[in-house]
Amino acid sequence: MTEINDTNITRRDFLKTAWSVIGGITALEAGALAIAYMQPRLAEGEFGGVLTIGAVEDFPPGSVTHITDGRFYLTRFEDGGFVAIYQRCTHLGCSVPWEQTENMFICPCHNSQFTSDGDVLNPPAPRPLDLFAVSIEEGIVKVDTGNLIVRDQFDPAHVAYAAQENE
Amino acid sequence: MSRKITSHDPAAGFFRRLRNTLGPKGMPTDDRGRMRMVLDSMILHIHPAKVDVRTLRFSYTWGLGGLSALLVVMLMSTGVLLEMNYTPSPPQAYLDILNLRTNVWFGELIRNIHHWSANLLVVVSILHLLRVFFTGAYRPPRETNWIIGVVMLLLVLGANFTGYLLPWDQLAFWAITVGTSIVEYVPVVGSWLSNLLLGGPEVSANTLLNFYALHISIIPVSIVMLMSYHFWRVRKDGGLSVPKTTAELAAPEEETTRPERVTTIPHLVRVELIWAVTWIAVMLTVGMLVAAPLEGIANPDISPNPAKAPWYFMGLQELLLHFHPVIAAVLIPVLALGALALLPFYDISLGSVGVYFRSWRGRYLTLIATSLSLFVTPVWVLVDEFALHWTDWLPGWPTWISNGLLPLSLLLLGFYTLQAALRMIFKTNPEERILIGFTYLFVALIVLTIIGIFFRGEGMQLFWPWEIVPAH
Ligand code: HEM
Ligand code: FES
Repeated sequence: MTEINDTNITRRDFLKTAWSVIGGITALEAGALAIAYMQPRLAEGEFGGVLTIGAVEDFPPGSVTHITDGRFYLTRFEDGGFVAIYQRCTHLGCSVPWEQTENMFICPCHNSQFTSDGDVLNPPAPRPLDLFAVSIEEGIVKVDTGNLIVRDQFDPAHVAYAAQENE
Repeated sequence: MSRKITSHDPAAGFFRRLRNTLGPKGMPTDDRGRMRMVLDSMILHIHPAKVDVRTLRFSYTWGLGGLSALLVVMLMSTGVLLEMNYTPSPPQAYLDILNLRTNVWFGELIRNIHHWSANLLVVVSILHLLRVFFTGAYRPPRETNWIIGVVMLLLVLGANFTGYLLPWDQLAFWAITVGTSIVEYVPVVGSWLSNLLLGGPEVSANTLLNFYALHISIIPVSIVMLMSYHFWRVRKDGGLSVPKTTAELAAPEEETTRPERVTTIPHLVRVELIWAVTWIAVMLTVGMLVAAPLEGIANPDISPNPAKAPWYFMGLQELLLHFHPVIAAVLIPVLALGALALLPFYDISLGSVGVYFRSWRGRYLTLIATSLSLFVTPVWVLVDEFALHWTDWLPGWPTWISNGLLPLSLLLLGFYTLQAALRMIFKTNPEERILIGFTYLFVALIVLTIIGIFFRGEGMQLFWPWEIVPAH
């Protein structure tokens, strides 16, 4: 047997280390595989995919429409712009109803209040309601419910306009 | 002499040979035979052949660990039955529960026993933790078993929480929605983690499937494995810690009086059986008399007002009403759980193991800490609710500081002042300060839980319990 010293690793040490490294990598791979396997499963045409909502004219300016299948509110501003507001409260996830008489969203769970574009009027909600991207193709409103737009305040870039109205 | 009879006994007939494979017939009548029986049996082997007679004292353990184990067994037996009449997919999940209640023989009874045993298990494992804490039984060499215990408590809570969703009624849906939303506040990985757990952005069919898998396989298997380890460790750590009276503490144990050890059969096994049969009877009676709640089918568009988390998370939900979520749902629980799990590593005095509340003085200090907390916690809740408006007073500040770290630091300062005052008055030693701190914080958690359950009504505002209108 040779002496073990710090400049020379023995065959046994080398094999031990090699085995631990291989074992570690395998464990990591298995973990990554499990996590990838558990990724959310989303489908086109249902909540989680791109939804076709309807013609632009169906939504008068200054209106808030609940799209139940998409779990969002389609708000059309007076200037004709659209936003799709996810109905899930940014505080603890309750569904926020639109109160037409009060002209705001009021969460039944802990009383957060939001404007028609989703901005916070009253906490505990820590940020405005989240958005889904709206696109308007040939006068038809489409909403991508697969991607949440999380924001800290109202941003005009999130408002979608029909092409002809913009000119 | 009790020689073991094997099934190969050529003198025995067919039926006798068949019967003999089960083990020796009849109960042994002498102590040697009794000890053999424990050692030869797989199930009884969780016990040693003999135990210290003092550890059998009921008012030491209150049978709480054993009752937890019994409840786990009852939960598994009823759970397996429920599984056979349940589809983890909306809306069938809800319809299956309705069917269970009206069409399945004893379906309602099985469901009720499962429901109430699950809730009782949370209470009983917490009481077991308290008895282990107050007798100092977590101290070396039992620190590993304490940590396993903390992990099992978390698993018990996890089992309860995942099971809560399965009936897929309004109560289940919104309690789980509110409960899991807390995950999103975990810094950096929050929304990724929540997405993984829920199988999407919100509670849905995927969530039900995930929770079902956790509830019927991952969590129970982990609990059974840890329970086996827990019991094995009790033996490895030399049996239970031995109870001492305060008088015995004053006059250290003489080595000359050797502890009396008695055979496990019948002394321990007998009381275990009586205890188990009693509680099975209690749970059957409760199951026959009290129906587990079931509301209307889950409607993701309509949140009930108020939407409350399950009762054992009400303390946490109450904290959420007072602090920024990162502080209330992440920082405080992580610190508290860390302090709890690591308790045996900073509370290391060994003298008082086995003495309830450490000493006579300890009883008074526990009482003082309890009373102080019973007074301070509700007062703080009221003051914070009606008089403190941190976010309005400090408008430019990030809310996790103004309504988070700042008030938390003030509370911790108050806690420290209190400890310092008690130290001045009573000259408390380190183990007494830990006793006071644990008692104070635990009572605070209980008070917050009670406020959350009984004093929060519509819009989570404070009400008197009799003024609260049911959730709508
Ligand atoms: C599923 C939950 C649990 C089960 C089934 C269980 C079961 C048991 C049983 C049967 C005993 C024997 C003595 C007695 O009954 O007190 C015991 C002892 C013990 N348990 Fe647990 N337990 C559970 C949870 C916990 C928890 C939450 C803790 C603490 C964090 C804990 C820490 C301990 C310790 C340190 C002992 C040794 C006590 C001594 O030697 O005096 N266990 N447990
Ligand atoms: S979930 Fe909407 S205010 Fe709490």
